Amino acid sequence: MINSLRQLGRFFIRCARYFGEFILFAVKAMGMLFDRPPFIRETIVQMYHIGVRSVPLIGLAGLSIGIVLGMQTIDILGKFGATQYVAAVVGLSMVEELGPVITALLVAGRAGSGISAELGSMLVTRQIDALKVLAINPVKYLATTRIVACILVLPLLTALADFLGILGGMFIGVTQAGIHYQAYIYKTLDFIYITDFLPGLIKASVFGLIIGTVACHEGFKVQGGTEGVGRSTTSAVVLSSLMILISDVYMTKILVTLWPEVG
Amino acid sequence: MEKSREYVIVAEDLWMTLEGKQVLKGVDLRVESGEALVILGRSGAGKSVLLQCIIGLMTPDSGRIIVDGMEVTAFTTEKEWKKLWMKVGFLFQGGALFDSMTLSENIAFPILKHTGITEKRALDCTEELLSLVGLEGEGKKLPSELSGGMQKRASLARTLALGPSIVLYDEPTSGLDPVTSDSISRLIKDLNRQGGNTSIIVTHDIRLAFQIADHIAMLEDGKVIMAGTPEEFRRSEMEHVSRFIYGSEQPVAGREG
Repeated sequence: MINSLRQLGRFFIRCARYFGEFILFAVKAMGMLFDRPPFIRETIVQMYHIGVRSVPLIGLAGLSIGIVLGMQTIDILGKFGATQYVAAVVGLSMVEELGPVITALLVAGRAGSGISAELGSMLVTRQIDALKVLAINPVKYLATTRIVACILVLPLLTALADFLGILGGMFIGVTQAGIHYQAYIYKTLDFIYITDFLPGLIKASVFGLIIGTVACHEGFKVQGGTEGVGRSTTSAVVLSSLMILISDVYMTKILVTLWPEVG
Repeated sequence: MEKSREYVIVAEDLWMTLEGKQVLKGVDLRVESGEALVILGRSGAGKSVLLQCIIGLMTPDSGRIIVDGMEVTAFTTEKEWKKLWMKVGFLFQGGALFDSMTLSENIAFPILKHTGITEKRALDCTEELLSLVGLEGEGKKLPSELSGGMQKRASLARTLALGPSIVLYDEPTSGLDPVTSDSISRLIKDLNRQGGNTSIIVTHDIRLAFQIADHIAMLEDGKVIMAGTPEEFRRSEMEHVSRFIYGSEQPVAGREG
């Protein structure tokens, strides 16, 4: 019993220590945002790697989720004779919840793991030390640029996933429920306002901050050579996915409280 | 204080523990301006740790390091470190080239970040540096496309990009064949003699040490056991020194005979 309590205590201390280090790292990296030089070019390069290269994956995911959501919703709404509302259900589900969360989880898997592995390898091969002795702050050059890129790119990818999800739902609405495509578009516009997109895009930016910070933090604390790089890559994906899901619960509650029409 | 002005690099009573092991035990070191000091010693003697303490990649537990009049061990701000790193170049044992960049980009990188010159002028400087290290025309290659010796030379070009007055070399010839090793040692010697750089070279390579050293310090188990000129080292009868120089097979008495 005492042994179990001791282990539980150790686990909580480890969690608290990790979280403390993580917050300090995030503050340090973001605190350098306005320091000179701004490394704008590096940030744009990272936006390309994290954002543009994720477009096919996010696009396909958004489209398929919209299709599946459309198929299931039509089935359920059909029982109540309300199939015409499929546009509202698919649209609102995509923009408020599924779009940001699915996009964030996929980017965490694709780009987060890549960032962590890249920085970890740079640490192991002493490229990060080389940056230091060339008088370039590695946290600013490597972490701040990647975190900012994630924050900027996630809302754009989310908007893409939302759009393609709605398009997927429309395809099913038109082909399976026989709804005219114009009627589907009008129904979507009737139920979804620009204000419905904003909470999802805010969430997406916060998810971007989480993905970028977790990936860079894990990359910068690699220990134990190439084996350590593998471990940190796995940790980056697992931890950022967990943090995305947990923060989603809190952010939804906060956004619903501050912005009642979201609910 | 008066004394430290005569030397470009001064290390006083450095102590350092790493993973529970005492790696530096009161190391004292002095390097004069324009001098090439070679630090010899077996693996694990603390040579690389000492070099990394001087450049600020590691922090000693106690002791004082003064580089070009700046007390490195008392630095508290990033600005102070930046000032040091603009003056001191460091050649890493493995080269540590940025593997996502070509050789030209690697070398132009510090120039573009610190000097504010145009990309075209930076590339001209890059070509000059590449030809200095004998790699002209190789600028478009990635580090992974080069041999170990070429990577070391490219890394040396990057180290020299900001025109440092002090250069620290961590095992510059390790893992290289004798011919490449000779070309690197000639390069270091030229930089030292013609460029007037002050250098510290950490190595196991006795040939390199005698080719380029003005002074040699030998580290054993975290302590400097002997410091002197190459000639003094050749004549030394200290067992550790003669074994290191002439190999364990040949005892001191045999060499004398």
